[in-house]
Amino acid sequence: MIPEIGAFALVVALCLAVIQSTLPLAGAARGIPAWMNIAKPAACGQLLFVLIAYACLTWAFVTHDFSVLYVAHNSNLNLPLIYRISGVWAAHEGSLLLWLLILCGWTGAVTRFSRSVPDQMVARVLAILGLISVGFLLFLLLTSNPFERQFPAPLNGRDLNPLLQDPGLAIHPPMLYIGYVGFSVAFAFAIAALLGGRLDAAWARWSRTWTTLAWVFLTIGIALGSWWAYNELGWGGWWFWDPVENASFMPWLVGTALIHSLAATEKRGVFKAWTVLLAIFTFSLSLLGTFLVRSGILTSVHAFAIDPARGIFILAFLGIVIGGSLLLYAWRAPAIRSVGGFDWLSREVALLLNNILLVVTAATILLGTLYPLVLDSLQLGKISVGPPYFNTVFVPLTIPLALLAGIGAVSHWKRDRAWRLAKILWMPFAISLVLGLAWPFIGMPHYSIAAGLGGSLGLWAIFAALQGLWSRTSSGQRWESLRATPSGIYGMTLAHCGTGIFIIGIAFTSAYTVEKDLRMTPGDEYLLSGYRYRFDGVEDRDGPNYRADVGTITVFHDETEVARLYPEKRFYSRQSNAMTEAGIDAGLFRDLYVVIGEPLDENGSWSVRLYYNAFVRWIWLGPLFMALGGLIAVSDRRYRHLASRRTQSPLPGAATSAG
Amino acid sequence: MKCCCLAAILLLSPCVPALSLASLETLSFANPQQETRYKKIIAELRCLVCQNQNLADSNADLAKDLRKKTYTMILAGQTDAQIIDFMVARYGDFVRYRPPFNPSTVLLWISPALLLALGLGILWRVTRRSRGTLSATDEAGKARIRKLLRKEREP
Repeated sequence: MIPEIGAFALVVALCLAVIQSTLPLAGAARGIPAWMNIAKPAACGQLLFVLIAYACLTWAFVTHDFSVLYVAHNSNLNLPLIYRISGVWAAHEGSLLLWLLILCGWTGAVTRFSRSVPDQMVARVLAILGLISVGFLLFLLLTSNPFERQFPAPLNGRDLNPLLQDPGLAIHPPMLYIGYVGFSVAFAFAIAALLGGRLDAAWARWSRTWTTLAWVFLTIGIALGSWWAYNELGWGGWWFWDPVENASFMPWLVGTALIHSLAATEKRGVFKAWTVLLAIFTFSLSLLGTFLVRSGILTSVHAFAIDPARGIFILAFLGIVIGGSLLLYAWRAPAIRSVGGFDWLSREVALLLNNILLVVTAATILLGTLYPLVLDSLQLGKISVGPPYFNTVFVPLTIPLALLAGIGAVSHWKRDRAWRLAKILWMPFAISLVLGLAWPFIGMPHYSIAAGLGGSLGLWAIFAALQGLWSRTSSGQRWESLRATPSGIYGMTLAHCGTGIFIIGIAFTSAYTVEKDLRMTPGDEYLLSGYRYRFDGVEDRDGPNYRADVGTITVFHDETEVARLYPEKRFYSRQSNAMTEAGIDAGLFRDLYVVIGEPLDENGSWSVRLYYNAFVRWIWLGPLFMALGGLIAVSDRRYRHLASRRTQSPLPGAATSAG
Repeated sequence: MKCCCLAAILLLSPCVPALSLASLETLSFANPQQETRYKKIIAELRCLVCQNQNLADSNADLAKDLRKKTYTMILAGQTDAQIIDFMVARYGDFVRYRPPFNPSTVLLWISPALLLALGLGILWRVTRRSRGTLSATDEAGKARIRKLLRKEREP
């Protein structure tokens, strides 16, 4: 009965979504307040019913209702409760339902926090979010119903994919989806502005808050995914340029560009049309990402054809959303006028360069991800595009970006002078160059020029950001100036520091990570990067729904024990497959990381892989700083206060140096 | 983010039971350069029967064979290019994670540079135009200031 309630709730939600997306749009066009006012209650009702549907599916998981096909495929009587709850988003149908729930959640947030936004704008924004929702509800109900039943019900389920039985993966998809879906709000604001012809500083400010918030979640989501892959896949790596990873990285790159371009649109009234286009791109890439991952097209072009209903629906939906919004853009954009002028050396140009680099990077990744699919479907041969390609094109495009961040953050809007910038920036430049190049001499096994240069680049991003903050203060009243600095500036500084930390992490990990495959008998030792790894043997242990071989490896540094690692190899009998759990001792400057392979003989010998991963934590610490910076920027009081004031676009000549 | 693709692997690929068990083999080389080359090559070659794994990370039988082949070819003194050519001759370009440069991949390799050039071209145009309006508004502003000053002087 409960699953039927869930399916029924989805149908009710669809009806409400249809109302939410039609009447308010018509009301906004004709100026009928009663029609516009329907948007909010319809959105709240839709949220309620999707929540009911979601709760029903969770209930089916929790109570082991294996008559629900989806539950039978993704759960098991022995599955711990937390994984039964996270199992809801383990596969196609449930993750679409989660997507939808998050969309309704964002929509609900818009109804709650948009008092300062004009009614007409709110009505349009909610209607567009409703339209997206209609698409997803139809997709769920027509092709991917999570509540489908099977009779007779099996006695036990097939169990959750063991890879997903990890706390990191329990929270990674929701975070990622909150980010992806959050960009739908930025998209809806952009389309609403195109429809209403209102593209001013106030619009940019509303849009900016929502965009930054979505970006924060996406940043955390991607970092969590990378962290999970590192923990769970036993390969010691953190990014493989897998199409699925790329699918989340592309909206992040374009979303980052959008945040920067929104800054210019808000403060100076420039790049308006471009900002709108970026908002459309960002959301389109989020949609594409969701579908790339979920449609099976990545596995092979032919898998797409196995279930043509889903494939055709996806293509049609993408076509309508992307094509429709681009048509609208082509129709309305020529009327958009950007006002402010700017010179070669100005923050506007720095932001434009930032946008070009980010968008070209995203486009390249898109090209590399889709190219093999296109070649294959045109029967021009099968090729693979993997890490060697992506690294070759990614690195040269991002180095100038990091160099630019420091200059852009301190330069003035409209027009700046080279000597003023040089006077501010020569010191952080010199310090980061010297310290960066000297860094590999300290505590590193050998000198690496690549690590030195990478370290310099990362330090430059950090010091230049801090110098940007410092240069806002004047001597004698440092403290007062810092207190008067808006939190948006602090957010930006922190996020730029985050990119620096990230770059240092990549540079040092690539240069100093060492791995060794060994055959080890209990008592054997191996010296790796100054750490002595001792293999103490392997024991059996039972988990709730698996059996495990647990190895013990003790690590010494300078004759003192620093860590005891327990790498595992788990056998999930229900799905008859094995998983590795790496044994990891995390540290700020190095991770000790070991994986066990297979038993080799009767004496307890095992194949073992030992890693010394230098600075790998910095790779996730960086995004953490970026996300924190984003949160601080969103908390800026200027948004809450000023957003309530109906502001007009800034005058063409009014230069402000605030970020 | 590998989650979902890995879910697909579990369903579709023959390397299922071996999944994510890093391929652990204990090989001995004549010198460290050989070992570095070996690691680089098996990292850039694809396991053909897996979803998206290189030879280094896969534990499928085919990957094991190809690793062994790479190993023996390195010990026999073959160059990297010879080993890659051998693999491509046998399995086609699909085996290389670094796509070759040929007529069907020319767009893949040159597009980043073309897009960047296009972007910079647009930047150049936009900024040049914008400078024009800047000096125009500057002139207008100066004129306004002169006018105001004149007004002030003549009470």
